[in-house]
Amino acid sequence: MSAGHATLLHRPGGSPVHLAAPEVKIVAAFLTVLCVVATPRHVFWAFGGYLLLLFGVSAVAGVPARWVAKRLLIEVPFVVLALLLPFTAGGEQVAVLGLPLSVEGLLAGWNILAKGTLGLATSLLLAATTAPNDLLLGMQRLRTPQLIITISSLMLRYVELIVAEAGRMRIARISRGHDPRFLWQAGATARSVGSLFIRSYERGERVHLAMLARGWTGTMPEAQRRRPAPAWSRTRTWLLGLSPVGTSAVLLGVALWTA
Amino acid sequence: MDRLTAAAGDDAAHEHAGTPALEVHRLGYSYPDGHRALHDVDLRVEPGERVALLGPNGAGKTTLALHLNGVLHGQTGRISVGGLKLTERNLHEIRRRVGMVFQDPDDQLFMPTVAEDVAFGPANFGLHGAALRRRIDEALEAVGMSEFGERSPLHLSGGQRKRVALATVLACDPEILVLDEPSANLEPVARRELAELLLGLNRTMLMVTHDLPYVLQLCPRSVLVDGGTVVADRPTRELLADTELLAAHRLELPYGFRLD
Repeated sequence: MSAGHATLLHRPGGSPVHLAAPEVKIVAAFLTVLCVVATPRHVFWAFGGYLLLLFGVSAVAGVPARWVAKRLLIEVPFVVLALLLPFTAGGEQVAVLGLPLSVEGLLAGWNILAKGTLGLATSLLLAATTAPNDLLLGMQRLRTPQLIITISSLMLRYVELIVAEAGRMRIARISRGHDPRFLWQAGATARSVGSLFIRSYERGERVHLAMLARGWTGTMPEAQRRRPAPAWSRTRTWLLGLSPVGTSAVLLGVALWTA
Repeated sequence: MDRLTAAAGDDAAHEHAGTPALEVHRLGYSYPDGHRALHDVDLRVEPGERVALLGPNGAGKTTLALHLNGVLHGQTGRISVGGLKLTERNLHEIRRRVGMVFQDPDDQLFMPTVAEDVAFGPANFGLHGAALRRRIDEALEAVGMSEFGERSPLHLSGGQRKRVALATVLACDPEILVLDEPSANLEPVARRELAELLLGLNRTMLMVTHDLPYVLQLCPRSVLVDGGTVVADRPTRELLADTELLAAHRLELPYGFRLD
């Protein structure tokens, strides 16, 4: 199963973080994000603590901070909103470099920026250290409903195909003189997104037909699934894997206490 | 291996002496928009036969093929496979008996690895453990793809994907293979290799295609469908030599071919 998909976000490796059981990592990432989200926004030092924790984990995993930082750029559209809030929100004002800014807006913007960045960095670390198929395996071991597993695995299988199709459509447009840098040509891009959706939908239908033709009845056959790890190693990996979450929980506890 | 390649053709003939591998009787079907796709289609395929289903685009070939394993339900007429009538109750067994190989392997191959994909069909039909593993190995060996079990279908060439798609169906041990445009999008060498592979399988086959030279090579008998009905049913060489008939149904041999 390891030789599966080309992986945009996965960085194969042999670090303890890579080797930890996927279900442990999923739970750890989820709980860490919960801690981050539950932290009151004005306890600034706690966010610094979470950041240090993530740095620690990425150092152990051998994931360079630069790699994570580059992929964090995906949050830029959301950050734009966070940057606007100090100017648009009302209430008490404070002057920063001569600019009158709303205190409430600054806090709200900070809240989005800090929690978004930490949450995204956590997911990136999870993705970097866990192969997509192992994520599915972890979800399965966590008793995620079979339908969601099936849908996710199909998504993994076809996402590359759809990206390739989008690439071909783009080249075909450009070959006919389309230049998406001009705003008035954005319509063509939008329409091709629409037709990409239709094509993907139709492919979905054909895939379903092909599955029916091979006797599919609605549940994936279990035959190929891997055996769960033995119990002794499971307790240990859970304890080890959840240790960063313990640190997050302590940070959260102190933050709530002092808030 | 022998079970998959040699058995079906000869043994099936002995087992069901006199029973056709496939029998379609007065099948009719209209699409929900009222367009009539099939009209009184009759077709009988004997065990071990390789039959081509020819016709212009929109003639109803693929619609007919999708009826054979009950994906589409004919409004009139009946279908039986190896003597078993296609009914709601028999649907699962019919789908095991009729192996459909779709035109685009990417529609067929959807699992993360080749081996898992080949396992999908037989596992659905109740195989597991060592028997399932043996079936996967046999099917991959039959198409010459044994080395590729752990690879992702994404990283195979078009010809290899086609062969794996064929293996996913062979693994179900079908009694009749239905192939939709098997030679589409294949480079000449892959096209020839697939032809040799199909001939070596020695199975009952129904092949939907526009590729007339391919038909001449693979199928001794051809059925011409147009306007949702069977227009001609003759030995392939004879049918392909009838230029008037071909022209009347928007078919023609490629430039430079002559059969008369």
